[in-house]
Amino acid sequence: MMLAENVVELTIASQLEFIDLVTTLTDNITSMVGFDEESAYWINMAVRESVANAVEHGNKYDTQKSVDIRFTIGVDALRVTVRDHGEGFDPATLPDPLDPNNLLNPAGRGILYMRTFMDGVDYERHPEGGMVVSMSKRRAPKQPVPDLSEGDHKHDAVGN
Amino acid sequence: MQLEIRERNVGDVVVLEMFGKITIGDGSLQLRKTVDDLLGAGRNKIILNLGGVSYVDSSGIGELVSRHTTTKNAGGRLKLLHPTKKIKDLLMITKLLTVFEIHEDEQAALDSFQ
Repeated sequence: MMLAENVVELTIASQLEFIDLVTTLTDNITSMVGFDEESAYWINMAVRESVANAVEHGNKYDTQKSVDIRFTIGVDALRVTVRDHGEGFDPATLPDPLDPNNLLNPAGRGILYMRTFMDGVDYERHPEGGMVVSMSKRRAPKQPVPDLSEGDHKHDAVGN
Repeated sequence: MQLEIRERNVGDVVVLEMFGKITIGDGSLQLRKTVDDLLGAGRNKIILNLGGVSYVDSSGIGELVSRHTTTKNAGGRLKLLHPTKKIKDLLMITKLLTVFEIHEDEQAALDSFQ
């Protein structure tokens, strides 16, 4: 029986070296789902930014804290949630990177990237601590949901 | 290595041929060190050839901005050559297209320093 949604989860330690692992998995999923090359490129970028933010700003490179990534392949959209285990923050208080006074800042564009490349981006505090960013990208219509009910998903996803 | 940088001198201008990804971590740090070493040696006319760069995350864009500012503060100029369409898209999204001097022709980029 085919499920309405398929879920792939990955947990990494807070190390930049693992970001490529997540983006490789992202590429596998977007290819499997049927996103075109251009969309897949920018989804990859949005996921990279969200995981990098979780490692750098959320967990502050504390390797004892994990970053939890969940891909939900729905009929209508691909949803990606990224949770850190840091102290949390209010995204509304962050400087606007497009403000002329901030254009030359070396940092602060990650959330702009995510909001630009995805159809929806929301932040919320996790009840057990940390922040969760939820992103979604609509799928083109009439694409079947791939059946992931067999096999080792994590193994396939990283291309090993 | 995610980013490879080859240095080429044309008169008093340094052309940095870049290949790979400019991303958080090694790629951004490598770009920073390369430019800062040049500035430390008094070489402040710099062209970054981005034709071989396939991917620039927000950290990489930040590093480009940061090295642009550092080079300017050192009395020089850092110019971009052959950015890919995706890099130009990113510069447009971040409103940085007008911050950088961008060239599609190397000779024109070199001449612009004279």
